[in-house]
Amino acid sequence: MNYLTTAPLALEALLAEVSAPHCGGTCAFLGTVRDGPEDGGVTAIEYSAYDAMAEAELDRIVAETRRQWGDARVAVRHRLGLVSAEEASIAIAVATPHRADAFAACRYVIEEVKKRLPVWKKELRADGTATWVDPSGHPSMVGPQ
Amino acid sequence: MRSASGTQGTVRVRFFARYAELAGRSEGTLTVPLPATVSDVMKLIQATWPGASALPAQPLTALNLRHVRLDARISDGDELALLPPLAGG
Repeated sequence: MNYLTTAPLALEALLAEVSAPHCGGTCAFLGTVRDGPEDGGVTAIEYSAYDAMAEAELDRIVAETRRQWGDARVAVRHRLGLVSAEEASIAIAVATPHRADAFAACRYVIEEVKKRLPVWKKELRADGTATWVDPSGHPSMVGPQ
Repeated sequence: MRSASGTQGTVRVRFFARYAELAGRSEGTLTVPLPATVSDVMKLIQATWPGASALPAQPLTALNLRHVRLDARISDGDELALLPPLAGG
């Protein structure tokens, strides 16, 4: 399975992948590149990954989701390379027979991705600076690009 | 390099993102006296490549595409990856 792509993410394709007659609830999640008031003028994020491990880790996360929610149909794509503000960096679609499981399983996928996926992002700013993002709260400048 | 028992293994070491910038390389190969743990190899990495001394002594690590703790055992032919704080999603 190729979960990683440099192409823009198409949610419709993921929804089609998980669609099934026995599934009455479908939950979709999009993570997008943010430039909020505290983000300092982020124009884009450059995503990089330990590709082989990220693919393996997503395989494991999807398998766990299917184990935990027996009837779940799961589709995930993570974008790599340069992603502009407001564009999606991750798309997840989960379909299950009933809605509660769809929400729970979709949440499980994104939370495990955040904890386990070997993916890194460098925020690029309008002033020409770039910063490696450290979610634990210790950003490190890497200088003008 | 030779341990008391004389056994040694080859480990492929990979650096990513900020750690690759700090180490000045994205990968390298080390000959490691066995038995050894990830922590032992980490010390060897920092002693071998000058830029690697800037890396944390206890980074997040993966062995053969799986997250491992620093006390995980190393085998000949393993791929050890040093992972900066994860930021996927």
